[in-house]
Amino acid sequence: VASSEDRVLVEALRAGDERAFMMLVERYGPAMLRLAMMYVSTRAVAEDVVQEAWLGVLKGLDGFQGRSSLRTWIFRILVNTAKTRGQRESRTVPFSSLWSPDTEAEPAVDADRFRPAGDPSPNHWIEGAPASWEGVPEERLLAGETLDRVREAIDALPPNQREVIRLRDVLGWTPAEVREALDITETNQRVLLHRARSKVRHALESYLGEGTAPA
Amino acid sequence: VSTSEDMACRELVELITDYLDGELPEHDRVRLEDHLAKCDGCASYLEQMRATIELTGVLTEDQIPAEGKRELLGVFRTWKEQR
Repeated sequence: VASSEDRVLVEALRAGDERAFMMLVERYGPAMLRLAMMYVSTRAVAEDVVQEAWLGVLKGLDGFQGRSSLRTWIFRILVNTAKTRGQRESRTVPFSSLWSPDTEAEPAVDADRFRPAGDPSPNHWIEGAPASWEGVPEERLLAGETLDRVREAIDALPPNQREVIRLRDVLGWTPAEVREALDITETNQRVLLHRARSKVRHALESYLGEGTAPA
Repeated sequence: VSTSEDMACRELVELITDYLDGELPEHDRVRLEDHLAKCDGCASYLEQMRATIELTGVLTEDQIPAEGKRELLGVFRTWKEQR
């Protein structure tokens, strides 16, 4: 549902406020471009899709009822525009599979970190269980280098996992917003997020664990 | 996956996202929290996952190039004139 900020923004846009428009462009432009690139073949076409989507947003302003948040509404226009454009290109992969998680299992944590079947406590941590990061100094945890690891881990994800974790955890969207904006199921949204977060956590654990031998 | 009431660590790590979203069925939520209370490794795992989400939230999006911004401003002005 639209927030009061959303309503103020929509009013400003309707009144022709350029600054309100450019603020939205800066806020959502990068994510819109990346998403568009999932549906079309080149960056140039994706840039075109983003422009067309913004025009669609402006033309649709009078019809915005506030039943969804402004950003969800904007992204739904973007996704629809991208799909239409993508359909004109010869595609081999149907859009329906774009947001389906890979059917191959991707355990959150490597199997060899758990005790095997037949052990008195099967499937429990073997030595080297995750250790608290409480001892990691704040300045190391928040250092540019640590954030670089997070960024690298996200960049290395399959595109569908990457976009879902960016919407959820970088931009802070709710599960419902992501589901609506991308037109995906609740399950797919959660599985993609789960796999993405698990990998980022793993990358951080490896990095922060370096040089701090377990007690 | 264990058939008993006790949750295994290996099951917990797969349920953590549902748990954090408040989407875990009540029965599993209780099992998960019982397990957390007695397993340091899993308590740390949850703490790490929360820190991971927090650190990801510190990242910023890329900037859009100035040229793209100019073009979009043009789109806006044209729309404004025509309405």
